[in-house]
Amino acid sequence: MPSLGATFGRGAATLPQWDLANSDCVLVMGSNMAENHPIAFRFVMQAKQRGATVIHADPRFTRTSAMADIYAPLRAGSDIAFLGGIINHLLQNDLWFREFALPYTNLSTIVGEDYRGPGELGGYFSGWNAEGRRYSPESWQYDGVVVPSSLAEGYVEIEGFAEATRRLHEGPTPKDPTLQHPSCVYQILKRHFARYTPEMVEQVTGCPREVFLKVADAMARNSGRERTGAICYAVGWNHHTKGAQIIRTGAILQALLGNVGRPGAGLLALRGHTSIQGSTDIATLYDLLPGYLPQPHAFRPHHTLEDYLKVETSPTGWWNNFPKYYVSLLRAFYGAQATPENGRGHDLLPRIVGDHSQLPLTVAMANGVIKGLFVMGQNPVVGGSNSKLVQRGLAQLDWLVVRDIAETDTATFWRDGHLVRDGEMRPEDIGTEVFLMPGSLSGEKAGSFTNTHRLLQWHDKVVAGPGDSRSELWFTYHLGRRLQELYRASTREEDAPIRSLLWDYPVDEEGEPDAEAVLREINGYTWPEREQLASFNDLKSDGSTACGCWIYGGVFPQPGRNLARARKPDGPEGPGTHLGWGFAWPDNRRTLNNRASADPEGRPWSERKRLVWWDETKGEWQSPDQIDFVKTKRPDYEPDWSKRPAGMDALSGTQPFIMIPDGVAGIFVPSGLKDGPLPEHYEPTETPVRNAFHPGVEGNPPAKRWAHDLNPIAAPGDPRYPHVLTTYRLTEHHSGGTPTRIVPTTAELQPEGFCEIPTELARELGLRSTDWVVLSTPRGEIETRALVTDRLRPFRLGERRVFQLGLPWHYGWAGMATGDVANVLTAVVGDPNTGMHENKALTCALRPGRLARRGGQG
Amino acid sequence: MTHRNRRPRGTLTGRLVGALQDWSVPRQLRGAPGHAKAAESAMSRGLRPRLEQADRVGTSICPYCAVGCAQLIYARDGKPIAVEGDPRSPVNQGTLCPKGAATFGLMVSPGRLDRCLHRAPGATAWREVPLDWAMERIAQLAKRSRDESFVSRLPDGTRVNHTLAMASMGGATLDNEENYLIKKLFSAGLGMVFVENQARV
Repeated sequence: MPSLGATFGRGAATLPQWDLANSDCVLVMGSNMAENHPIAFRFVMQAKQRGATVIHADPRFTRTSAMADIYAPLRAGSDIAFLGGIINHLLQNDLWFREFALPYTNLSTIVGEDYRGPGELGGYFSGWNAEGRRYSPESWQYDGVVVPSSLAEGYVEIEGFAEATRRLHEGPTPKDPTLQHPSCVYQILKRHFARYTPEMVEQVTGCPREVFLKVADAMARNSGRERTGAICYAVGWNHHTKGAQIIRTGAILQALLGNVGRPGAGLLALRGHTSIQGSTDIATLYDLLPGYLPQPHAFRPHHTLEDYLKVETSPTGWWNNFPKYYVSLLRAFYGAQATPENGRGHDLLPRIVGDHSQLPLTVAMANGVIKGLFVMGQNPVVGGSNSKLVQRGLAQLDWLVVRDIAETDTATFWRDGHLVRDGEMRPEDIGTEVFLMPGSLSGEKAGSFTNTHRLLQWHDKVVAGPGDSRSELWFTYHLGRRLQELYRASTREEDAPIRSLLWDYPVDEEGEPDAEAVLREINGYTWPEREQLASFNDLKSDGSTACGCWIYGGVFPQPGRNLARARKPDGPEGPGTHLGWGFAWPDNRRTLNNRASADPEGRPWSERKRLVWWDETKGEWQSPDQIDFVKTKRPDYEPDWSKRPAGMDALSGTQPFIMIPDGVAGIFVPSGLKDGPLPEHYEPTETPVRNAFHPGVEGNPPAKRWAHDLNPIAAPGDPRYPHVLTTYRLTEHHSGGTPTRIVPTTAELQPEGFCEIPTELARELGLRSTDWVVLSTPRGEIETRALVTDRLRPFRLGERRVFQLGLPWHYGWAGMATGDVANVLTAVVGDPNTGMHENKALTCALRPGRLARRGGQG
Repeated sequence: MTHRNRRPRGTLTGRLVGALQDWSVPRQLRGAPGHAKAAESAMSRGLRPRLEQADRVGTSICPYCAVGCAQLIYARDGKPIAVEGDPRSPVNQGTLCPKGAATFGLMVSPGRLDRCLHRAPGATAWREVPLDWAMERIAQLAKRSRDESFVSRLPDGTRVNHTLAMASMGGATLDNEENYLIKKLFSAGLGMVFVENQARV
């Protein structure tokens, strides 16, 4: 979530889902919320009943569109052009919320004079290195100030980085509150988006000009002191080679409209898996340690603990506390073995050497680099891009452990997969040793999930799971225990990390570790006494505290007080923040950056949108929510620059974005994003048309690509692949399909794979619903049934008519509801910031009929 | 109501008349008041809520998407008998979507796996193996792969402490406590860097 992190300081939804009911305008984009998050969509409907305008912008007309006041169709992959056009409309007509955006964003901040935008440099931002296909962010910095990134990794590859950031101690960032300076963010923004005219929006997105302007007006109308609007998005925004910048465009829009930190305002990231937020917070991700601390990198100045803390600790803002969180995490990992001699454990941690995310993992597997793979509750044969490359990789492994609730497509690739089906390999030729182990569901084990709005909710163990099924807690704990035993006698230096691991969780009579003991460690305790800490404010950088994930500090403040298990909702007359239901990170704050719900003087913007206010008598901020600010910091507080203030002392009382080094929302982002300080429209990697903004620079320049024989990419405009293909999810199925394709009810409701085909195209091809069709891309071919529909309309883009096809991606061969694997068609290409794939916009060919198969099946 | 007295008990006609009389549709067409009464039949009068049979109720959270709907799991004799939305939750207020409502079906699905399966290299079928055997074999394989591939330092002396030969996928469907142990063991303990979950997919 680098986009929300770079703009507002934290990569997470800014508002609780129920707060959507308080919104005056809800834009759903990059999401089919009514079908994929129906329970959350109830709050959008409640808002509508209270008079809110609901807008759905999407390539497909869905049930979300049917419930919306305005439906705006747009071509898949053209979101930045659409949103950029709205930003232009707001700036040209002065429709933005000046009283909010001027003090609370970096609109007035002056950028160094070397900065140039893609409008001036033929499609590239300044700092482009064509050979390395990457940007250097030096020219994106503020005038005379280098700013650390507010993302997990604060370090930015700029010479003398750490020293250059020390300037932040000396005074505020350079500003021109009159907004006249040609290099202030406002002027740069205005020039940048001036190219996004209504004509251009129509040409690029295919959305009729009058519909687009209706959307812009609705959003502008619902902004200001009395009104707020919210944006809900899902992976329809993420899954592009410019996904982070699509979300950035939405974030800029909300910052300009004053739609963050206030009731009914913000960006709600709608995530697909029950604890996808939790698994990012406590990251089972290669580049993050728990609590958004960066995994040490071999090629960054991370060598010793001192080096690492020097470049990763922000001089100003909340991240100045960084050393407390890192040293406490090392204590939680290594216990007594975290010593001053080994850098408090820093010397024991592995270093990354590049991108080790899922796409390069897929390539590394296919190249034989990876020998052993654990798959726990994931189904990469169905969910991973370029499924045949995934399956080729699985066939190269020495061993594969699949832990799941049922026999998955991934676990049976050697028997039923495409390599065998297409006659490329026989099971006898596949040397992978495969384990398939039964896993547990919530209800069969105790633990906590973190939902899409940062809410930790505990689930109890109510029943035992079937047979030998075990939780991942059980599996990981006992695997670790066995490995520590196997390494016990080793004296090799390289085995020190596993031998040093603090691994002493209590188990019950069935050997199940106590999940609450793990949550107590995540919360944090004193070392060595192990007394629970009440909050992350108690953490220290001297090794006297241990904490597994600082942002979860406070979830288990005392023995026996597991706040994830709290179940006290507000009554009908209550404030509706529901502080007694579960625990939201950080510190049970429900709306992030909520200081911004008051004006600079500390008064609510209006009674109608009241959330946080300054109480002069008490000398502190008041709210029915927890305050996302220093509770006693006066609105008129100004840093005393003669004292070289650090951390929160360097932020004034009117700077609500405490995780950002200069305390204001980053409309222009100097550090942290790999593909530009502002969003720019680029075409998808595979596109039917040229980039109308700068023909010749079609795709996002630094997008990630991995050359592999099994991963060919269609060139822009390749006539062999004329149609746009977008993948999507169904209400009745879940992601890789395992937990719904084995359930009789959901399998019966959506029993088989299909492809949505526009009526006009079906007529041209002589297709009717339920006919067999073959879809193909340079990666492979699949067969499925046609569903002919008017929900997907053709777009006229300049002279061309472009058809879009829609393909649900849940299906595979396992379970009761089956179908060919959509991801056979998709490519391994990625967003430069997140490494996310681009399955929402690619090109394909379509023909009637079935695949020719060995064995005469058809 | 008088025809009831004329009803010859036990005869075919009698049973037919009884059934017709019990049939709710004519009653409803005649505009019988009250939904419950109008829909009642001899069978429905005998029906009891399945939840009454539960000897245990526990709180849970839906295992599907990230909205975080609270659920109540009803169990009898240690087996689930129903899963309902928790009416107290400010997220879902007792409601569930088609997937969430299928949670009970998921828990008791005939597709659930209950034994460890093992497929030897080149084999064409699974065989069942004991859990303990699988755990020991996996620990041995992990140690072997790690030992054969571990790099402490690069040739220029830069510390890396890692193995590129082992990878892990998954986590977004798991508990926070599980993710914490996975990251702690795989990254901080074993030095794996290819640790990924569905956050990007």
